[in-house]
Amino acid sequence: MRDIRLRSLFCRTTEENGKSNGVAHSWSKRESFEQAPMYVAVLTYLGFGIVTLFGYFRDFLRAVGLEKCHLAQERDEQKDFVPLYQDFENFYTRNLYMRVRDNWNRPICSLPGPEFDLMERVSDDYNWTFRLTGRTIHNVINMGSYNYLGFAENNEKFLQPVANATKEYGIGVCSTRQEMGNLDIHQELEELVASFLGAESAMTFGMGFATNSMNIPALVSRGCLILSDELNHTSLILGARLSGATIRVFKHNNMQSLEKLLKEAIMGGQPRTHRPWRKILIVVEGIYSMEGSIVRLPEIVALKKKYKAYLYLDEAHSIGAVGATGRGVTQLFGLDPSDVDVLMGTFTKSFGAAGGYIAGKKELVDYLRAHSHSAAYATAMSPPVARQIIRAMKCIMGLDGLTVGIQRVRQLAENTRYFRRRLQELGFIIYGSQDSPVVPLLLYMPGKVGAFSRAMLERKIGVVVVGFPATPITEARARFCVSSAHTRDMLDKVLCSLDELGDYLGLKFSRRKCTQFELDS
Amino acid sequence: MDVKNLKEYLHWLYYQYLLITGIYVLEPWEQSIFNTVLLTMVAMIIYTSYVFVPIHVRLALDWFALLVQGRVDHITHLSG
Repeated sequence: MRDIRLRSLFCRTTEENGKSNGVAHSWSKRESFEQAPMYVAVLTYLGFGIVTLFGYFRDFLRAVGLEKCHLAQERDEQKDFVPLYQDFENFYTRNLYMRVRDNWNRPICSLPGPEFDLMERVSDDYNWTFRLTGRTIHNVINMGSYNYLGFAENNEKFLQPVANATKEYGIGVCSTRQEMGNLDIHQELEELVASFLGAESAMTFGMGFATNSMNIPALVSRGCLILSDELNHTSLILGARLSGATIRVFKHNNMQSLEKLLKEAIMGGQPRTHRPWRKILIVVEGIYSMEGSIVRLPEIVALKKKYKAYLYLDEAHSIGAVGATGRGVTQLFGLDPSDVDVLMGTFTKSFGAAGGYIAGKKELVDYLRAHSHSAAYATAMSPPVARQIIRAMKCIMGLDGLTVGIQRVRQLAENTRYFRRRLQELGFIIYGSQDSPVVPLLLYMPGKVGAFSRAMLERKIGVVVVGFPATPITEARARFCVSSAHTRDMLDKVLCSLDELGDYLGLKFSRRKCTQFELDS
Repeated sequence: MDVKNLKEYLHWLYYQYLLITGIYVLEPWEQSIFNTVLLTMVAMIIYTSYVFVPIHVRLALDWFALLVQGRVDHITHLSG
């Protein structure tokens, strides 16, 4: 766990290494990762210890036969083989996850806008099976969906072009991009994405996860080096492993660690032969969704230029959500988009659609069109989805003649700052930077994770809580995603409930005095 | 009124105990087992301290008294 620190941009490094970015340096990024008091860590381990002991006890009962086992088990004939279900992950699933499983995978029966409807679900046998009661819980405030700019909406005027595209093209493309799936709507979308990002050229894919996992193998291979951040998303890790390149991990957002690895790589070369690496690729994300922290892009660009490495930036959560006009972290820091070699992002979060893109120089994108696995084997993006992205992007850029897009971007920034400031005033521990719309609120203890989610649902607020495999074991959290579609009333209702619950459950661990942050408007 | 507040306060304390020890996620019979074991241990601790602590405290005080007495004797022996 890290201490309280105020981090500011290191002006000195970038000025020594090239043209300076005057705009960005006048604004220091405030990130905080406050450490909880010691007793919280002790009690968290105590809680996990006790539940683990009961897990062993229940496993014993199941092995002896006093209790029926609801999960998969080996057959009698296989008892002498290598055990399949004894590892820690299965133990954890059986004994810890199952007990609080009702907080995840809740069925939704409306679109995931700022408010949505949930189907009521009860369990008679402690979460082994569920049944729907038939009732719907209406107008639950949605603090979990990645709906940053509010494009998950049922507005007839805005959705008319999508309906027309469905009538004109149908839903399925039935082919890959390289065969017969390259439609004119894809060309239009790619030109629009390139002009939105300020890149030379762009290519879009049908699935955001597959964009990372299928294109990194096309860019690097054996003999190359990938320097990836500690907290990168699974899609980046999978793509890096599939490529066969050597992977070295640097500490999260830590420039000293990255520079040390770069120096060692350049001086030492490949492991046994000491030949120089064919390529060094630094893989980072724009906003890390579990921490809410923003990448330190000017410093990474400076390091990249100094050591002649390439940069792959995954802007899944930051495109459309940060920056003065929604152009992502490059605009937030005032950098030139051509400084980043590979700009990648997804359309799932801020554009209300599905799919991903890769943008950069024309040679890079033309190479990917020919050599990417996704282009050769995956079905092309569906035309109504492409039309939705086009209309969302035109809305943000203002090309449709209205100011709705830019208003939403500004509303999101204001909502983010307000929400974060109020949460810190109330006394909760929040991670991440002040501009990030992803707000993790730390819960720490395993008992409180389940209690928090259930209590919030009783108050008709839907939140996402995250526990052990996705976060470190002592840092369970609730993750809020602020949207521009949330009104001030909704945020106030959420904050009021959080205040009550914080006192009732005992979640206000923060020990520092609140500092004044100025509101945007 | 005070009795009701007291009841609510005790209920809140019990809820905090459930959350902090992680017992909240367990089924009721498992909670009963844990509570029984914990109360038994606490009862044993109280009984042991009731029986043995006064004796130990008295022995410790005697030892200190002996130490002080020994020093006084040594000084009087030296001077006298």
